[in-house]
Amino acid sequence: MTAKLSCRHVWKLFGEGAKAFLADTPSPDAAALSARNLVGAVRDVNLDVADGEIFVIMGLSGSGKSTLVRCLSRLIEPTAGEILFNGENLLAADEKRMIEIRRHRMGMVFQHFALLPHLSVLDNVAFPLSIQGKDRAGREARAREMIDLVGLTGREAFFPRQLSGGQQQRVGIARSLAVEPELWFLDEPFSALDPLIRREMQDEFVRLQSKLKKTIVFITHDFDEAIRLADRIAIMKDGEIVQTGTPEDLVLNPATDYVREFTRDVAKAKVVSVGSLMKPGDASGRPPVAATARISEAARLFDGGETLAVVDATGTPVGRLERRDVADLMLRG
Amino acid sequence: MSLPAIEARRPIAPRMATGSVSLPWLIALALFALLWLAPVPKWIDVYPKAWEIPAARWISTAMKWLVNEATFGLFTFTEFTRFLASIIEAPYRLAMSLLATGFLSGQGSSAVQVAPPLSWIAVIGIVALMGHAAGGRALALLAAACFAFILVFGQWQSAMATLASVLVAVPIGVAGGMLLGIAAYRHPRFERALTPVLDVMQTVPAFAYLVPILFLFGFGPTAAILATVIYALPPMARITALALRQVAPEIRDLGRMVGATRRQMTWRVLVPSARDSLMVGVNQVIMLSLNMVIIASMIGAGGLGFDVLAALRRLDIGAGLEAGLAIVALAVALDRLSQAFAQRDFAAARAGASWPARYPHAAAAAALVAATYLLGFVLPAIRTWPEAWEISTGAFLSDVVKWININFFDTFEAVKNAILLNLLIPFKRLLGDLPWLGVTGLIAVAGWRLGGVRLMATVAILSFLIAATGQWEKAMVTVYLCGISVLFAALIGIPIGILAAENDRVWRAVSLIIDTLQTLPSFVYLMPVVMLFRVGDFSAMIAVVAYAVVPAIRYTVLGLTRVDPRVIEAGRAMGATRGQILSRIRLKLALPEILLGINQTIMFALSMLVITALVGTRDLGQEVYIALTKADTGRGLVAGLAVAAIAIVADRLISAGAARTRARLGLADTGGPAS
Ligand SMILES: Nc1ncnc2c1ncn2[C@@H]1O[C@H](COP(=O)(O)OP(=O)(O)O)[C@@H](O)[C@H]1O
Ligand SMILES: [Mg+2]
Repeated sequence: MTAKLSCRHVWKLFGEGAKAFLADTPSPDAAALSARNLVGAVRDVNLDVADGEIFVIMGLSGSGKSTLVRCLSRLIEPTAGEILFNGENLLAADEKRMIEIRRHRMGMVFQHFALLPHLSVLDNVAFPLSIQGKDRAGREARAREMIDLVGLTGREAFFPRQLSGGQQQRVGIARSLAVEPELWFLDEPFSALDPLIRREMQDEFVRLQSKLKKTIVFITHDFDEAIRLADRIAIMKDGEIVQTGTPEDLVLNPATDYVREFTRDVAKAKVVSVGSLMKPGDASGRPPVAATARISEAARLFDGGETLAVVDATGTPVGRLERRDVADLMLRG
Repeated sequence: MSLPAIEARRPIAPRMATGSVSLPWLIALALFALLWLAPVPKWIDVYPKAWEIPAARWISTAMKWLVNEATFGLFTFTEFTRFLASIIEAPYRLAMSLLATGFLSGQGSSAVQVAPPLSWIAVIGIVALMGHAAGGRALALLAAACFAFILVFGQWQSAMATLASVLVAVPIGVAGGMLLGIAAYRHPRFERALTPVLDVMQTVPAFAYLVPILFLFGFGPTAAILATVIYALPPMARITALALRQVAPEIRDLGRMVGATRRQMTWRVLVPSARDSLMVGVNQVIMLSLNMVIIASMIGAGGLGFDVLAALRRLDIGAGLEAGLAIVALAVALDRLSQAFAQRDFAAARAGASWPARYPHAAAAAALVAATYLLGFVLPAIRTWPEAWEISTGAFLSDVVKWININFFDTFEAVKNAILLNLLIPFKRLLGDLPWLGVTGLIAVAGWRLGGVRLMATVAILSFLIAATGQWEKAMVTVYLCGISVLFAALIGIPIGILAAENDRVWRAVSLIIDTLQTLPSFVYLMPVVMLFRVGDFSAMIAVVAYAVVPAIRYTVLGLTRVDPRVIEAGRAMGATRGQILSRIRLKLALPEILLGINQTIMFALSMLVITALVGTRDLGQEVYIALTKADTGRGLVAGLAVAAIAIVADRLISAGAARTRARLGLADTGGPAS
């Protein structure tokens, strides 16, 4: 697993004299910060985002998610730390290099869409290409492709205010994809939408990613959304990352009570895989189930029996799944 | 509309500090009384002539040096002003040729017309088409009706001259204001330098800078347009900086994420996103330009302003009213058109279609111009509206005024004399009596109590400078007229505001009236006043009150409707009557806004007061006006700056007072209304 984007000991403090303070006091705690009237929006964050992975940063409002993602894209300067994109230290890049990287390698989707009100859907989607100076025919062809991809064909001439929230965010997504970014940031892209639309957009997002295979940093305050979409999740609290892991890791082994609190109401059967619940042993003759399948899928296969035969990708038996264990897990919530 | 935040622990009906006067105030007032009433040395009472700063002479000398000797190395100052003039002159000549004079070849009286100006049909058609493009059929009708009114009543030539000046001044004002605003937004240091300059530009009465402009550029339309641009540009610069700052942070992030350069960020992201606010600025520039073009007729703008001015001087009420009504028609048309363009949805032009299909309004306008041009050769009435078809109501209006005066003269005279004798004259005497040192000291104490040492220094120095430049006596006349007018404006405006805030139907009627009042150029207010009361302080006061009552109403309504409904609910739950809720809760909480309204009323009053010099006041405005007729730069600027000093002292003191009241009431800082 190669890291597309890593950050090492990234800090962002808001307030007077933050940089000097952090240079003197390398690892200040919350009390030291508030004594100096500093806001520790991001505190000592380390993370690695692998190529092609959906990395979700989850935290309550004010926990520092937006600040972190703005540090990662260098929209704001971190107070301290290192950000590596394809191994290159972004913080050492000059203005010209940053423009270059943002124009061709990064895309961002915003919570409140950030569409330009004076441009049509087509022109909004083509906007990043137009900033690059690409010719009209070329950028419009690409923009039409993207509009098609997000299912807005036929609305090219509409203006943002003529669209619903969900449609506006589709435009935002299409625009961010127009430059074919390697790294795709989404800052709470669905938070401003109604729950039903949000669900629909999440499915749409999964569909898109299965085609595009981008490296994604996705911000949300909704743990269910994180579980649904993430390959891995980082939980943020007060500027710090409390735990990083797959949804299954978090559900089965929450690192702190804070994380446990989030996982309590999650339908565990939908998160935990057969592989983590199986026991060694033989169950030949029983219906087979893949080790990577979720428990909720396996539960339907018991068909009156007490066990299932667990198999790997090649069909080789690797263990057995007991009905009792499944029932236990599902009863736990 | 955001509601002021209230904290849980704040008492429901906040108590105001009872009207106790604090110790510093008592001491200050006692000292003041001593200076005023006790026999003191004369220099305390009247600032001695011998100590005066000869500021007027210095300024005049400096101006002479600028014109005769100043040089920037490559070119002299005079060459620079000529260059500026030529930038303005070329487009002005074009606009004049198009709208009024036609294209001439040759000079002076031997000039021959090569091409006629646009036919009246074409002009009316174009404004109607613009109205249709921006706001639909109703606006098209309104715009056409306004211009037709001007035509039928024989004001076409003058109105087109005024329109030509506006058409040249507005783009320069908008572009200049926008560039300054963008620079201020980008460079905070530049903004810090610019803000006080804009403050002064907006408080110095327009008359005052007509004087140096007259001196530098001579009498004529170029000087008038330049003055207009200077007058109309500051709000655009402010609105631009503010609008850019208010662009959502996400939009700015977007610009950076797509890799926009600084220039792309400004012109392709921020400016288009701020378009709505910027269009409000454009509307302001248009209205201020129209207002100023009229005032600038004194330095050669010609057009409708000149007609009104000439009629005022002849006391020819009929002719003056006719030209005044034409100004109103022009103002209404330009205001509604520019507002509609500001609110219009810009639909994308249909790509691929042919030019006329893509821009039907422009195509129709072009066709109209061509058709009327050609038809004009056959039918002269198409080219110029025949004089025989004009309706002159001048004589009729004069008769009406005469009739009113004959029948109501005694009533008007009685009212006028009663107010003059019992109010105006005693108040004027009182103010004239006050010792300059005592007043300056009192102002300083007020500044100290309301805003601290800095404010004290600012207001004391300004007050001292008024005395030291020999303007004290005239300044007191200005303060007296302004004070009386503001008092009346408040007495009329605040009750109307209370009524309007209570009753939606009243508010709709009132807002229609005050919106219209605000579009009228200040000159217009003089006409009916002079007609009914002739010249003098009383007429000036009436005109000022009519002009300055608008902010008193607007801010009262704003303050009352902004009061948190939860506080009113609580009051009702405690069994307060409607009257108690109004007087004990709403008016108290609305006090900061009402104070700001009074502040605005003072600013409006001062700007109008200067113009009332035309109806024979004896204040600083008259001083500026006299300087203008004599082209005496120093005298005009010093008097003008004295008006600005009064405005700034009043503004700073009242703003500080409003902020304190707001803090005492525990209200969040909310600022004034958007308009
Ligand atoms: N420009 C700023 N100045 C000062 N404090 C800020 C600024 N931006 C964010 N903060 C503070 O940093 C913390 C994290 O904010 P943010 O990153 O927006 O949180 P989230 O996106 O998780 O809701 C909050 O306490 C917020 O008040
Ligand atoms: Mg956020």
